[in-house]
Amino acid sequence: MEVTIVWYLSLSAVLFVIGVMGVLLRRNVIVVLMSVELMLNAVNLTLVAFSQSMGDAAGQILVFFVISVAAAEAAVGLAIVIALFRKKMTVDITQFNLFKH
Amino acid sequence: MFGQILFFFVAAVAIAAGIGLVISRNPVSSALWLVLNLFCIAILYITLNAQFLGVIQILVYAGAIMVLFLFVIMLLNLSELPHLKAVNWKVGAIFVLAMAVLAQLVYMIAKGLDVLPEPTTAEASAETGSAYLIGQELFTRYALPLEVIGILLLVATIGAVMLAKRRFV
Repeated sequence: MEVTIVWYLSLSAVLFVIGVMGVLLRRNVIVVLMSVELMLNAVNLTLVAFSQSMGDAAGQILVFFVISVAAAEAAVGLAIVIALFRKKMTVDITQFNLFKH
Repeated sequence: MFGQILFFFVAAVAIAAGIGLVISRNPVSSALWLVLNLFCIAILYITLNAQFLGVIQILVYAGAIMVLFLFVIMLLNLSELPHLKAVNWKVGAIFVLAMAVLAQLVYMIAKGLDVLPEPTTAEASAETGSAYLIGQELFTRYALPLEVIGILLLVATIGAVMLAKRRFV
């Protein structure tokens, strides 16, 4: 019973679903951002698994770009969190409701 | 034999770290669980012959992005704020939804894999992860996305600095 690609894909699916639950369940906006990073890592694992199985480097190149975009998104997202915290003194997502009528 | 034991162990630690991230009370603990998860995924990359990506994952993700997260958590001094409970009345529905998504993904994996092309030989797949081949592809075939990523990172840096300033100028 050797380690086939199916194992990596299943692990990636489980990690992705854990990330989804983190995004939906937590009220702390920084933990929500970290759960998004977990989802991105699950997708990266899928890409690398397929890249190894097909012998094509394109999957790993895409992972390279996804990591760069995740870094940019984390930086800007955390800057927004800092700006919001300065205004509201909280990181509770239920308090960020300026659009609410 | 050793490969399977390694995979099971690393996968179990990765899943435990993911669950620890989601249910941890302290945001610093969540960040540390995520760092453990990133290390596990880097080990999995190396078992998948993606050596360059494994090292990049540790350097960039665990070494830069998570450090940024920890800086912000420390800066906002979040451990002193009251603990935020989860949105309680939705937990059941969210769990059902997440299990539905997981069932769809597992179904896709079980049904859809016979459309894959034949897996390549071990030598070909062992080479694709080296820094030499990644660099070769990045600078010839994917040179335009590479430059665009550079511009994106510059824009993100400027945006982050502007957003976090005290006066928005």
